[in-house]
Amino acid sequence: MIRVAFAAVIAALAETAAAGGDAARGEELYARCTACHALAYDRVGPRHCGVLGRRAGAVSGFDYSDAMTRSNLVWNAKTLDRFLADPMRTVPGTTMTYAGVPDPKERADLIAYLSSAKCDRPRG
Amino acid sequence: MSSFLAIPDPQAARRLFLARSGLVLSGAAVALLAGRDALAAKSGGAKAADARILNTALAAELEAIAAYQLGAESGLLQKPVLDLAVQFQGHHKEHADVLAKTVHQLGGKPVSAKSKYDFPVEGLKNQTDVLRFAAKLEQGAVSAYLGAVPLFGNRDLSKAAASILGDEAMHWAVLRQALGENPVPVAFVS
Repeated sequence: MIRVAFAAVIAALAETAAAGGDAARGEELYARCTACHALAYDRVGPRHCGVLGRRAGAVSGFDYSDAMTRSNLVWNAKTLDRFLADPMRTVPGTTMTYAGVPDPKERADLIAYLSSAKCDRPRG
Repeated sequence: MSSFLAIPDPQAARRLFLARSGLVLSGAAVALLAGRDALAAKSGGAKAADARILNTALAAELEAIAAYQLGAESGLLQKPVLDLAVQFQGHHKEHADVLAKTVHQLGGKPVSAKSKYDFPVEGLKNQTDVLRFAAKLEQGAVSAYLGAVPLFGNRDLSKAAASILGDEAMHWAVLRQALGENPVPVAFVS
């Protein structure tokens, strides 16, 4: 019971943090992602346009790992926060072999950016 | 360099000798040669995890090779920038070659280059656009390797990934310089 309550508090905090994220700072931080990701097109990782509200592993035509396809995650502020903190622990077997973003504020900023980013292709 | 693990130090030379002697160096054997029995004792799962990390890096390197090819063939780059792009592409080819060999050594299947990459060509109108595009990729590569270094079960692989990270950081700095930007804007990369 306590564990459930604790998890609920953590989730609420994550939502709050994402809601308070700085999208402009998130755009700067997104440079870290650009070895593998772009907003408007698939690369080593899938495109990020429209990621909020999307089921994990659902970009048509992208070759996901089995782990991601079977994760049953739906990307929202809470699940993105958890995944960005530690991708390989959140989805064991993911091909996003990245240590993660340990700073909650940076994660919130990234999520705020992903929530607000325009998806015109030339921006990449 | 014939393998990601064959870095120029005595241990690496020993491995290289053994490899050329016809011995197959598994991840466990490499760890034993490096004198780290604990790493050698890691399970096949640990080796598979290392191979997965390397395969993600390999996929990014293959994409970078294609991106530099696009830039070189665009007609937008003039010498000496064109020569620089070709040189950097050569580095990425070397990275990809040793990554693929190491994935294979670890018992994995190296990913192949895609038949087609989706690049934002409509946004590339001149040399500056191409340089900015390349700089963005190299900056991302620095972050990606930085995020991979602590993940390896085999520390030799962390060391080798850090070596590639250094090369990507040099690319990024030179491209920033070519763009007229501060080549080294921060003391720490992230």
